Amino acid sequence: MAKITFIQHNGTEITADGIAGMTVMETAVKNQVPGIDADCGGACACATCHVYVEPEWQDKVGKRNPMEEDMLDFAFDVRDNSRLSCQIKVSDALNGLRVKVPEKQF
Amino acid sequence: MSDVISTDVVIIGAGPCGLFTIFELGLLDLRCHVIDILDRPGGQCAELYPEKPIYDIPALPLVTGADLTSRLMEQAAPFKPQFHFNQMVTTLEKRGDSDFVLTTDGELTFHCKVVVIAAGGGSFMPKKPPIPGIDAYEGKSVFYSVKKMEAFRGKDVLIVGGGDSALDWTNNLQPIVNSMTLLHRRDEFRAAPDSVNKMRELVAAGKMKLLIGQVTGLAGADGVLSSATIKGADGTSQDVACNAMLPFFGLTMKLGPVSDWGLNLTENLIAVDTEKFETNVPGIFAVGDINTYPGKLKLILSGFHEAALMAQQAFRYINPGERLMFQYTTSSTNLQKKLGVV
Repeated sequence: MAKITFIQHNGTEITADGIAGMTVMETAVKNQVPGIDADCGGACACATCHVYVEPEWQDKVGKRNPMEEDMLDFAFDVRDNSRLSCQIKVSDALNGLRVKVPEKQF
Repeated sequence: MSDVISTDVVIIGAGPCGLFTIFELGLLDLRCHVIDILDRPGGQCAELYPEKPIYDIPALPLVTGADLTSRLMEQAAPFKPQFHFNQMVTTLEKRGDSDFVLTTDGELTFHCKVVVIAAGGGSFMPKKPPIPGIDAYEGKSVFYSVKKMEAFRGKDVLIVGGGDSALDWTNNLQPIVNSMTLLHRRDEFRAAPDSVNKMRELVAAGKMKLLIGQVTGLAGADGVLSSATIKGADGTSQDVACNAMLPFFGLTMKLGPVSDWGLNLTENLIAVDTEKFETNVPGIFAVGDINTYPGKLKLILSGFHEAALMAQQAFRYINPGERLMFQYTTSSTNLQKKLGVV
């Protein structure tokens, strides 16, 4: 189990229990976190689960994979710490992870 | 207003579940018209992942979204479905005891006895980048598709994106515009290599500009754009003069008008029973990703099963009192005749 905190655009925080093996996107959807649309359901095919990983967590979360890099072309305001949350697997090492949700997945 | 199209069944959505619904209804002699907002069949399989392999279709260990679509089209072909692409169903109303009336944004009107909603995640709509103030320019200076190339003649055009739409329109519009700028967030493109090479040749020949960065602001007056502020990868900003902008960030799905049709929804999905996959309105069914029921799995194979069961009830609804004989395609000459194989 890993606590994952989703920080909304307006500053509201929602902390959800992530289960190892699930993705951060699935954790968000299961807990009805607003702002994670996940149109394609986790196939890395839509870029509507875009999050910004808080800088202190970037190393632990790791880098984007090449398919994700391509899909991020469909996201808006892509930054160094942008990730698609369907490509981040929850593990005990990510207990306490904090990610920001963009204003809109549009 | 065009003529009214009358049919047994209207299927909303030409994704895999909509296409297989044609087949299941066809075996029961029910004829279908199929409406989809995209310009081709396949739904998400065509739009989101045509090249991605799918591994969980029974008996097809590996199939791409594009191949699955073409196989389903082939399977449905004997039943001569009529397709209406680039159309969004805007209204759905019950007329009298047994008929439904549907209208589309393309001004088509359908009368039918049964409606099957196989609309997946909803209607595909272009993604609108959340740039502050962009709404004011939409339709005048900001466009999400090119309907007529001539509208861009002599303009200073800014195209944003790195996929096929962005590159194709950059190359196609460049000869007729006053100035062309392509903006992408990185110097790598997902578009077909040929289009990328052509664009790079145009840049090398000084016929257009390629910028790496992202749009952060727009300036103009009365809906007419005069420039866009672009933040480069190095963090510096510059203003690029333009009076037309085409953002190509792909499509997203919105439930759209479905929510106005008086159907019971659960978290933006249409609630159905698990015997007939019928909604709270008799004669309106929902199959595939758009429906929900206890234990629902959003898998293509679940949608196929739902289509088969739904078709039985659709037959009973259209032919009350008539006996429905269960038959196998392997042994029934009757079904084989319908399929055109005997």
